[in-house]
Amino acid sequence: MSHPPLAQSPAVAARFAALHARPIILEAEHLTCEFDSERGRVTALRDINVRIHRREIVCVIGPSGCGKSTFARVIAGLQPVSAGRILVDGKPVTAPGPDRGMVFQGYTLFPWLTLAQNVRFGLDMQGRAQSPADAEARQWLDLVGLGKFADSFPHQLSGGMKQRVAIARALAAGPKILLMDEPFGALDPNTRAQMQTHLMEIWRNVDITIVFITHDMDEAILLADRILVLKAHPGEVIDFLEVPVPRPRSLAQFNTPEFQATRRHLDALIHPTPRTPSEHLPITRLTQVGDDVE
Amino acid sequence: MPLLSVRREPPARYRWLLWVVAFALPLVVWSAVSYVPWLWHPQVLVTDPGSVSWIQPGLRLERADFSEQVAQATAANLVPPRGEPANPLYLPPPHAVGRALYGAFTTAPRLKGDKWLHESLVMSIKTIFYGFLLSSVFALPLGIICGSYPALSRMTEPFVDFVRYMPAPAFGALMVAIFGIHLEPKVAIVFLGTFFTQVLVTAGTVRRVDPALIEAAQTLGAKRGHLVRRVILPASLPDLYNDTRILIGCAWTYLVVAEVVGVSSGITFFINQQAKYRNFDNVYAAILIIGFIGLATDQLLSFIGARLFGWKLTRRSRLRALLGWLFSARNVLYSPGKPSAKS
Repeated sequence: MSHPPLAQSPAVAARFAALHARPIILEAEHLTCEFDSERGRVTALRDINVRIHRREIVCVIGPSGCGKSTFARVIAGLQPVSAGRILVDGKPVTAPGPDRGMVFQGYTLFPWLTLAQNVRFGLDMQGRAQSPADAEARQWLDLVGLGKFADSFPHQLSGGMKQRVAIARALAAGPKILLMDEPFGALDPNTRAQMQTHLMEIWRNVDITIVFITHDMDEAILLADRILVLKAHPGEVIDFLEVPVPRPRSLAQFNTPEFQATRRHLDALIHPTPRTPSEHLPITRLTQVGDDVE
Repeated sequence: MPLLSVRREPPARYRWLLWVVAFALPLVVWSAVSYVPWLWHPQVLVTDPGSVSWIQPGLRLERADFSEQVAQATAANLVPPRGEPANPLYLPPPHAVGRALYGAFTTAPRLKGDKWLHESLVMSIKTIFYGFLLSSVFALPLGIICGSYPALSRMTEPFVDFVRYMPAPAFGALMVAIFGIHLEPKVAIVFLGTFFTQVLVTAGTVRRVDPALIEAAQTLGAKRGHLVRRVILPASLPDLYNDTRILIGCAWTYLVVAEVVGVSSGITFFINQQAKYRNFDNVYAAILIIGFIGLATDQLLSFIGARLFGWKLTRRSRLRALLGWLFSARNVLYSPGKPSAKS
């Protein structure tokens, strides 16, 4: 790759050295995923090789159609691979399992269950006894700040609250990896910012590796240790960069040079060609309006 | 907000009123045709035969025939017959049907051995109840399994679809041969009429369960059996309940054919008998009673459903109830000899 790595402060460099020394929890080997669509055979992912360490947050970013959602679904075991394989803790993935939790973009809480029952679902599937499972579910709800809504139903909640419960539900099942497929994509900007902060808080308290799919560069820089950048048609890795912004992160870091440098770097990767100047556009109105106003 | 807005519910205070209008409007049309003498009234009810020997008071003549008689009598310098405009016997005015509604329950049957109206109704409800219960007991589990496992659906549904196209009444004689002439063959016809449709409808509803819910459950460690019992079943239950409500209307369709199989019985027998005596006001009364039963059942089930599945926030739909009513009323009008056009 021709992209130079982003400059890191010594503290950040030391942190990444420690991170790379951690055991590998998730590994993609020559992962290829193709499927048939109306427009013929589509290669959603081609020859993806990625290693993710324990307790790392990896954001996957790229233009629409780059297969970033497919990547999460393949890791979850919801989508079969065409070639290559996924290893979780050294064991190949063949089907969905409770070691990989997932939070979806749409709301997938079970509407007929209370929040406590929703969060308990994974524990019930593991055959855990009623009362300890219930107590544990309530603790997870406390963790996401919704303990007092334990006996409410999902339709009584706002979108942000639903996603918090979805996170609690996924974590309660005891996964090693938490897959998040644009989980805050449907939320308004304020709620989304709150959720990002909240997610980092949860991550600080829980032993969990997060693979976070997003199309929002700022969200990726704010959350990620490393950002996996994919390109579309076919979905291939174009960069796997280390974010030089120091932790603990907050929205206040947006104007730091590290943040902005990462942003420029990502922007160049994702939008490589500069926009056509408007005077070359064959739309007369556009150019004339520009001339009059400026 | 204007009352007529595209895809926008009217204000709550109008909804009750609109419900009343839904029923009042047909009644107004019916009353107008019955009571306004220059609307339709294609016949003349003779009040005074005059000099025409073959005409009796109370006879109904076509208007053209009557004018001809008047013209002939006038030409011959005889007393012309007199009469008033009337509708055919098969369209009794609302008050006659109202009287019949009341009278139907208080009048003893004309022939000894015939049944009172309420006894006929009990017979009909029994037939529907057993037929529909039996159908649901088998069709719901089969439909849920077919909807959950595509392989089983491919193995089952082509045959079910094939049988569904055979009109249930065609099995009438067969059912009598197998089950005798009393309640059993009738229940069997209602069963045959509903079962196959119910399997397909149930499977279709189960298939519409949001796949994201199933995937979420899978990532939480749910395996095959758990997915069906803990996700697919509860997720589709409110819709299955509504399907059942609609399919009860379907069962009424087959009741009418079922009741002429073997020993004729139930509300259909009552209707046919009354039609034979040309008591059309009683016929309408019986049809209306079926409508009322349908509407009441549907509203009751809707009321229970809204409480059972409160988490889904199902709104009570009076429109659907009204459709159900129209549907069941129409079914009674199927002539028993014709195989049903449905199915």
